[in-house]
Amino acid sequence: MSDSNKILEELTQSDYKYGFVTNIENDSAPKGLSEDTVRFISAKKNEPEWLLEWRLKAFRHWLTMETPTWANVTFPAIDYQDIIYYSAPKQKISLSSLDEIDPELRATFEKLGISLDEQKRLSGVAVDAVIDSVSITTTFKGKLSELGIIFCSMSEAVHEHPELVKKHLGSVVPITDNYFTALNSAVFSDGSFCYIPKGVRCPMELSTYFRINAANTGQFERTLLIADEGSYVSYLEGCTAPMRDENQLHAAVVELIAMEKAEIKYSTVQNWYPGDKNGKGGIYNFVTKRAICAGDHAKISWTQVETGSSITWKYPSVILKGDYSIGEFYSVAVTNNMQQADTGTKMIHIGKNSRSRIVSKGISAGKSQNSYRGLVKVMPRAENARNFSQCDSLLMGDQCGAHTFPYIEVGNPSAIVEHEATTSKIGEDQVFYCNQRGIDTEKAVALIVNGYCKEVLNQLPMEFAVEAQKLLAISLEGSVG
Amino acid sequence: MTTDHLSLFIMLSIKNLQARVEEKEILKGINLEVKAGEVHAIMGPNGSGKSTLASILAGRETYEVTGGSITFEGKDLLELSPEDRAREGVFLAFQYPVEIPGVSTINFLKTAVNAIREYRGEEAMDAVSFLKMMKEKTKVVEIDETLLKRSLNEGFSGGEKKRNEIFQMAMLEPKLAVLDETDSGLDIDALKIVANGVNKLRSKNNAVIVVTHYQRLLDYIVPDYVHVLYNGRIVKSGTKELALELEAKGYDWIKNENTAV
Ligand SMILES: Nc1ncnc2c1ncn2[C@@H]1O[C@H](COP(=O)(O)OP(=O)(O)OP(=O)(O)O)[C@@H](O)[C@H]1O
Ligand SMILES: [Mg+2]
Repeated sequence: MSDSNKILEELTQSDYKYGFVTNIENDSAPKGLSEDTVRFISAKKNEPEWLLEWRLKAFRHWLTMETPTWANVTFPAIDYQDIIYYSAPKQKISLSSLDEIDPELRATFEKLGISLDEQKRLSGVAVDAVIDSVSITTTFKGKLSELGIIFCSMSEAVHEHPELVKKHLGSVVPITDNYFTALNSAVFSDGSFCYIPKGVRCPMELSTYFRINAANTGQFERTLLIADEGSYVSYLEGCTAPMRDENQLHAAVVELIAMEKAEIKYSTVQNWYPGDKNGKGGIYNFVTKRAICAGDHAKISWTQVETGSSITWKYPSVILKGDYSIGEFYSVAVTNNMQQADTGTKMIHIGKNSRSRIVSKGISAGKSQNSYRGLVKVMPRAENARNFSQCDSLLMGDQCGAHTFPYIEVGNPSAIVEHEATTSKIGEDQVFYCNQRGIDTEKAVALIVNGYCKEVLNQLPMEFAVEAQKLLAISLEGSVG
Repeated sequence: MTTDHLSLFIMLSIKNLQARVEEKEILKGINLEVKAGEVHAIMGPNGSGKSTLASILAGRETYEVTGGSITFEGKDLLELSPEDRAREGVFLAFQYPVEIPGVSTINFLKTAVNAIREYRGEEAMDAVSFLKMMKEKTKVVEIDETLLKRSLNEGFSGGEKKRNEIFQMAMLEPKLAVLDETDSGLDIDALKIVANGVNKLRSKNNAVIVVTHYQRLLDYIVPDYVHVLYNGRIVKSGTKELALELEAKGYDWIKNENTAV
C-alpha cells in the first residue's frame, strides 16, 4: 500500500457526529410483520376504514413480491420479522405549545441543531419533526393556515383533510410500484402532509426533520405534497440517525404533485448513520420519491445532498405530464468507507415542450461504491422535449468505485437528449497548491469538493447550503486521493 | 535580543542541498543565502533544476531531499509541512498555476488568509475587512475583479494566471516570495504591472527569489544577486550584470567552463 493510501485509511475514520441515543420511553408494536401488525398500526392511529383497507391491500400485494436485485448494491437478506414497525414516544401528542414537549425530546432537537424555539423565532422555517414514527409537533401552523396552507403530519391530515389524502395518496407512487412502496404503504407510520392552495406563494421554507431513534425500528414515512395551480413551495427534508450496530431499514415514500403553473422545490440533506468504517451498522435507505407535473407549465426541482446511510437506493423522479413542464434533479452523493449508493433519477417526458435537467455529482472515497442510475424517457407525444444530463464522478483513493448507468429511451424524433459524463480525481497538485497557500489537506479537500458540487449546492436554500457544505467536509474527513 | 544576530539577518540559508526524484539526481549540492530585503534572481537552462528547488522550498513531497539543509528564519524548513511553511511566510508563485473548478479566487484566498491567521493565533478576518483588503490589492496588481469571482485559474489565459499568482502574493504578504517564471507568458504591459506589484512588496523585511529566463524582467525587478543554476548546482553568482552577460552570450560559455572542470 502506498503512503498516501495509508494516510487515507488512517484518516477516513471520522466519527458520525449525530450518533447519540435519546432515552424516551417508546410505545411500540411487537416485532414482526403480519396483517395484525398492519391492523395494530392503523388502530393506534385511529384510522378510518378505507385507509386500513388500503394498507391491507398493499400488504397482501407485498407478500407476492420479491426484493429487487437490479441495483448495484449488496447486502444480506433483510429479516422483515425482526423489525419493529411502529414506535411512538410515550406521550400524548396533541400539544398546544412547544413547552409541553418531553424535555429529552427537546434536547434531541437541540443536538440536531434544530431547536424548535430558535426555528420559530429566527429562521422563518416551519418544522415538522418526525422522531421514529410520530410527528411530534408542527410549528408555524397558525401563520400558515392564515394563507390556507396546510402543513401537518400525515396522521393528522388523514383525520382533518381526508378528501385530499384519499384523492392523492398513492396517485403518483402506486402501492404496487415496487417492493418497498408496497411495504411502506402497508406499514407507514407518519410523515408530512402539505397543501398549498391556488395562487399562494408559501412565504417560508417548509421543513421536516427525520430521525430514527429506537433500536430495531424501521422508519416508513409517507410524505405527500400538493401545490395547487399557480402556487409555489420550497420544502426541506433533513435526516439523521443514532449510531447502532444493527442495520436499520428506512423505506419512505414521497409524492409531489404540481398543478398548472405551480412550482415545487424539494431539497434533501440526508445524513443517516452510514455505519462504521468496517461497514457495521448503518441505515438502509430505500426510498421512492416521485413527482408529477400534472398541469402545463408546472415545475419541479429535486435537490439532494446524500452523505449518509450504509446503502442508499433512491431515484427521485419527475413525470412531465403537462406541456411546457420542467423537471430538475440536482444531486450530490458522497460515499465513504463501506457505503454503497445507487441513486439517480427518472425524467418521463409526456407533455409537449417539456424540459428536464439532470446534474449529478458522485464522490466516492474509502472502499465505497457509488452509482448513478438515470432514465430519460421521451414518450411519443412529447413533441420537442429536451433533456440535458451531466453526470460527474470524483474518486478519492483507488479502492472505491464509481459507476454510471444512463438509460435513454426516445419515442419522438423531435426530442433532443444530451448526456455528458466525466470521471476525475482530486489532484495531488490541487491539494499541494492549497497547502502552499497555508490551507491544510483536510480543508483543501473540503474546498475542492465543495467547488466540485457548487452547481448543486447553489440550488439549496442558504442555511441548508451551509449545513450541506459542513456535512460534505465531515463525511470526507481525511479522504485524500 | 540574545539570539544570534546573524541568523536573524539571514532569512534563508540553503546548505549543500541535494535532491532527487524517482532515482534521478536533480539537485547536486545547492548553496544559497538570502537576507531580508534582498532580491535574488536564479537563471539557468531548461531542466537545470530551478523549479525543483522552488518546489522543495515549498515542501512538495515528490522530491526527495537526500542531503543538506534549509534554514528559514532560524527554523529547519525541511521539518515543516507545506502548509506550515506557507503560514511561516514562504510563498511560491507557481510556474504552472493549478485550476480548482467551482472555487473562486476570493473564496480560496479567504480560506487561505484565515488559515494563516489562525496559525498565528489571530482572529478570522470578517467578510467586510477581507473585501476591503482585496479592493486595495486589486489596485496594486491591476487585476480585474470579475476574474477573482471566477473559478480559480479555470479558463484563465496564461497571463491572467500569472497575474493572479502575484495578486495572491500581495494578499498573503509573505516574508519570502519565490516567483517561478512569473514573467513567462506576460505581455509587456502585464510584465511591468507584475514587476511593479513585486516592487511594492519589497521591503527591508521581505525577500524575493525570482526564477526567470529573461533579463528583461530584471530591468523592472532589479536583483541584488544573480545566480546561474546548471545541472543541479549554482555554478556562477554575480550582480545584475551577470544577467546581461548571459543574455549576450547564452549558456554555452558556462557549460563549457563546467565541463572543463
Ligand atoms: N516528477 C518528476 N519526475 C521525473 N523527472 C522530473 C520530475 N520533476 C522534474 N524532473 C526532472 O528534473 C529536471 C529539472 O526539472 P525542473 O523543472 O526543476 O527544471 P527547470 O530548471 O525549472 O526547467 P525550466 O526552465 O524548463 O522550467 C528535469 O530534467 C526534469 O525533467
Ligand atoms: Mg521550471
